[in-house]
Amino acid sequence: MSPIVKLLAQRIALGLLLLFLVSILIFAGTIILPGDVAQSILGQSATPEALANLRADLGLNDPPVQRYFSWLGGIMQGDLGTALTSGQDIASSLGKRLKNTLFLAFWAAIISVPLAIFLGLLAVRYRDRWPDKIISAVTLASISIPEFLIGYMLMYIVAVKLRWAPSVSMINDGMSLGEKLNSIALPVMVLTLVVLAHMMRMTRAAILNVMQSAYIETAELKGMPMFWIIWRHAFPNSIAPIVNVVMLNLAYLVVGVVVIEVVFTYPGMGQYLVDHVSKRDIPVVQACGLIFAAVYIGLNMIADVVSIVANPRLRHPK
Amino acid sequence: MSEALLKVRDLKIGATVYPPGEKPHDIEIVHGVSFDLAPGKVLGLIGESGAGKSTIGLASMAYGRGGVKITGGEVWVNGRDIMKSGTQDIRKLRGGEVTYVSQSAAASFNPAKQIMDQVTEASIRHGKFSKKEAEARAVELFRKLGLPDPENIGDRYPHQVSGGQLQRCMTALALCPEPDLVVFDEPTTALDVTTQIDVLMAIKEAIRDTGVAALYITHDLAVVAQVSDDILVLKMGDMVEYGSVDQIINAPQEDYTRALVSVRSIDHVEKQPTSEPVLKVEHITARYKGTNFDVLHDVNVELHPGQTLAVVGESGSGKSTLARVITGLLPPKGGNIHFAGRDLSSDLAGRSREDLRELQMIYQMADVAMNPRQTVGTIIGRPLEFYFGLRGAEKRKRVLELLEEIEMGEGFLDRYPAELSGGQKQRVCIARALAAKPKMIICDEVTSALDPLVADGILKLLLNLQKVEDVAYLFITHDLATVKAIADSIAVMYQGKVVRYGNKTDVLSPPFDDYTDLLLSSVPEMRLGWLEEVISNRKMESAGN
Amino acid sequence: MKNIPLAALIGLSFTGLYFFIAIFAPFIAPYGMADIVGDVWEPSSAEHWLGTDNIGRDLLSRMIYGGRTTIFIATAGTILSFVTGSILGFAAAVIGGWVDQMMSRFVDLIMSIPSLIFALVVLSVMPVTVPVLIIVMGFLDSTRVFRLARAVAVDINVMDYVEAAKLRGEGRIWVIFREILPNALSPLVAEMGLRFIFMVLFVSTLSFLGLGVQPPEADWGGIVKENKDGIVYGIGAALYPAVAIATLAISVNLVADWVLNRTTSLKGGRG
Repeated sequence: MSPIVKLLAQRIALGLLLLFLVSILIFAGTIILPGDVAQSILGQSATPEALANLRADLGLNDPPVQRYFSWLGGIMQGDLGTALTSGQDIASSLGKRLKNTLFLAFWAAIISVPLAIFLGLLAVRYRDRWPDKIISAVTLASISIPEFLIGYMLMYIVAVKLRWAPSVSMINDGMSLGEKLNSIALPVMVLTLVVLAHMMRMTRAAILNVMQSAYIETAELKGMPMFWIIWRHAFPNSIAPIVNVVMLNLAYLVVGVVVIEVVFTYPGMGQYLVDHVSKRDIPVVQACGLIFAAVYIGLNMIADVVSIVANPRLRHPK
Repeated sequence: MSEALLKVRDLKIGATVYPPGEKPHDIEIVHGVSFDLAPGKVLGLIGESGAGKSTIGLASMAYGRGGVKITGGEVWVNGRDIMKSGTQDIRKLRGGEVTYVSQSAAASFNPAKQIMDQVTEASIRHGKFSKKEAEARAVELFRKLGLPDPENIGDRYPHQVSGGQLQRCMTALALCPEPDLVVFDEPTTALDVTTQIDVLMAIKEAIRDTGVAALYITHDLAVVAQVSDDILVLKMGDMVEYGSVDQIINAPQEDYTRALVSVRSIDHVEKQPTSEPVLKVEHITARYKGTNFDVLHDVNVELHPGQTLAVVGESGSGKSTLARVITGLLPPKGGNIHFAGRDLSSDLAGRSREDLRELQMIYQMADVAMNPRQTVGTIIGRPLEFYFGLRGAEKRKRVLELLEEIEMGEGFLDRYPAELSGGQKQRVCIARALAAKPKMIICDEVTSALDPLVADGILKLLLNLQKVEDVAYLFITHDLATVKAIADSIAVMYQGKVVRYGNKTDVLSPPFDDYTDLLLSSVPEMRLGWLEEVISNRKMESAGN
Repeated sequence: MKNIPLAALIGLSFTGLYFFIAIFAPFIAPYGMADIVGDVWEPSSAEHWLGTDNIGRDLLSRMIYGGRTTIFIATAGTILSFVTGSILGFAAAVIGGWVDQMMSRFVDLIMSIPSLIFALVVLSVMPVTVPVLIIVMGFLDSTRVFRLARAVAVDINVMDYVEAAKLRGEGRIWVIFREILPNALSPLVAEMGLRFIFMVLFVSTLSFLGLGVQPPEADWGGIVKENKDGIVYGIGAALYPAVAIATLAISVNLVADWVLNRTTSLKGGRG
């Protein structure tokens, strides 16, 4: 088992290193580029004195490296800084929103992952027949329209014309689970649709790849029934590619969530981020950017870890 | 009627092809083949690529690969026409009555499951044996097939055993359910020649001991002659000749069969060494970057002008590395190369244009050795332009001369490599090398990817060109038949060392060192009873020791 | 031309039509881009084929001018991402060694952050203007082109015919331009179609979020933003860009598919 442990350790260390470098990139991206935080808070009419005071308060006069490490040190202890625009603690306002975002993403994932795998299998089973063709046509269409437009189209049809679900997704702690689910029905539907297309397409490709292996032919020539072949021969070899597909698309979901929250004015992290980008509230942007990137890197890391663990060559070394 | 286990009548097989820029359409790839196979007998199906031999083999299991469909005729197994059988019956047939051994066992075993599970799967699922019985039978087969540690090898995963061993495991997999018929589809083609003979012996003994019937598919007539009772010769989906092994090998009726039997019977009398060799390789030692072992140890060989030095060895012997060192692609760790009377820089960058011109190279895979976006005219013309500054009409005239020399006409000038056959591609590569007017050409397995008859043509062409152009060949190959046909001197390589070196007659005459002996005795010969002879010789030797 | 399949022909003609409209927008649009010519959210009529928008501008004219902006930004971004991505990718493949390592690892790093998030972070400190948008999007997307170009070039670089050219003594310039480039071109051209679609979606998303093209300039994402409040009243003005984006994206997709298929089945044939 030692090579596998070594590889896993390497992969996790790489993930952490990547996260560290990304934090540098996000920090550097917001300070190297032209633009002055103090100026953007106080506006063009601010007096030079007020500007200088604010700069000193914000620590903008310190060397960038020192500012970076005090920022990073704060994050390590759960202190994300204070928002420039509202003066509120970022960590506490983010906490609730992060929970809401994860709630939304969770339900989208719960519905889309099994559905995508099922439809992917269906497409493989009926390859080049009409179920496969319909699935690929729908996929092409949904890949060709941006997420927010799918959102408005569904809102127009489902919420406005059919009146089956609310067009705005407000949730708060006082609501029961059922009320919450009713409230997020539309955004979940949109996210599912968006992710489903990609996931289905990739699942189909991954399974087809396995089904075309010579060992599947061997099993067929042993006279094994189709279900047995898929379950006993194709499935164990498909775990790694399918997990990869799922993780990649969950990472994609993270991005989709940002836009969809804006469409349905859902009180999550994405809307918070977009709001504060327009307000040029840099500490909030940095914090949100880092969290989104961390989730993205984390999901990719899980995918790699699963493929390492599922690889028989690594699990049973010579 | 009832004695035939497998009876094929007027079998026609079609496939859908997808030519670029055209609509997909169906073509027929097997045009009416008929044969019988009695219980316990072995029928060899032989032919070059595209003959349809694998397709026919799989048809006996009612299976078509990809878009392949059986379009006509009858296939009777154990007294029923399987073309008319239902799904359930076909399933019982496959893996129960008829089993299959593929060319690549490495790809045919499921990487995620233990070997024992896969060997016994069909027996258990078809209800032929209980799990315990099947496993006992598998162990017995492992032992019979000469696998090491037969009790425990089944617990391993496919990637944990070697290629030759896995091929034997695949044979065990096919024999485990006590089938009536096994289809062997080129089971030894992917193996080295010394491994091939072991697997061949194991298969032959297993067939004899279990009394199973077999369809043995291969492109190598010498191999099939050792294991079969009857042989069916196929060409482009047509039956050419069908008869007993004895008749096909010793008294072939058809021209095509005669050509297959007499292939590689080029008579080449070796030339004597001259005073001044064109190439002198001295004490070459080499290793690849990032590795910690030498792939070449102290290699010394000479090549004389207008002659051929064959470097022969199995995979991993270092023969291709030697070619890379001589071309300058892999600078050696130590040693010198003298070429045409001067020292050759070990590094490609340090060589003059004259050095490069006089030392040309021809590759194994002609289709990747030519830029697919260049025409034959451009490919052959570039060295003329590059080395001799030829342009326009002058260049064209020379290109046409070269095309003439490789027995191809003016019509090929504007063709792209994709529009040529395998043999034509290799000819164009030869013309490209000749265009530089080299003193020496390195030929790296130039005939290995070709069908025997095509390869034969290429070898004859190379020998003719040698006479005309007075060029020396360093001929790298794993195939001893090729060596015998073309070489003046031979270097046998094993694990990075030259174990035997001299002119052809000396190298191929006893007394032999152990490795050369093993190598020479492993090459299948086109005569009946050869395999038995080798087996009994080796048994005697090991008994003597 | 005879061998072009129907799907590719449809794709080509629609793509051509869109570019034609984009180039000649001022001559085609019935009204000015920012002219208020009617009431708020008028339904479609003979004067206003698609009706009017949230402040009474002609929606068809807005769509035509919007298409011009969106297609211009996407085209410029694609060109930028292609030129930088493929030049650096080829260079990394041919030079190899630590130069390749450095560039590849840097690209890995950039790609470990979702493009949209990265763009938002950068746009939070940069002024949102058209050149900035093109540069940010082009730069972020060039990482993908870099990976593809490098992978293709690395594959070709180990081919025997490239080795044969090196053994002949050909210089690096010949190897790159005569041996590698002709064989790498087709997969790159097909990829270019996909990158262009991605750019259209990307710029529309940014504009929709208010961080792309700024009003009163029209673009497809912006039109959705301006008219989205109409949705809850059952006014579909915000949905026209969906039709435009989807048809453009599908057309380009069809063309890209055709180019790619032609390449894989071509294997050096004439044409």
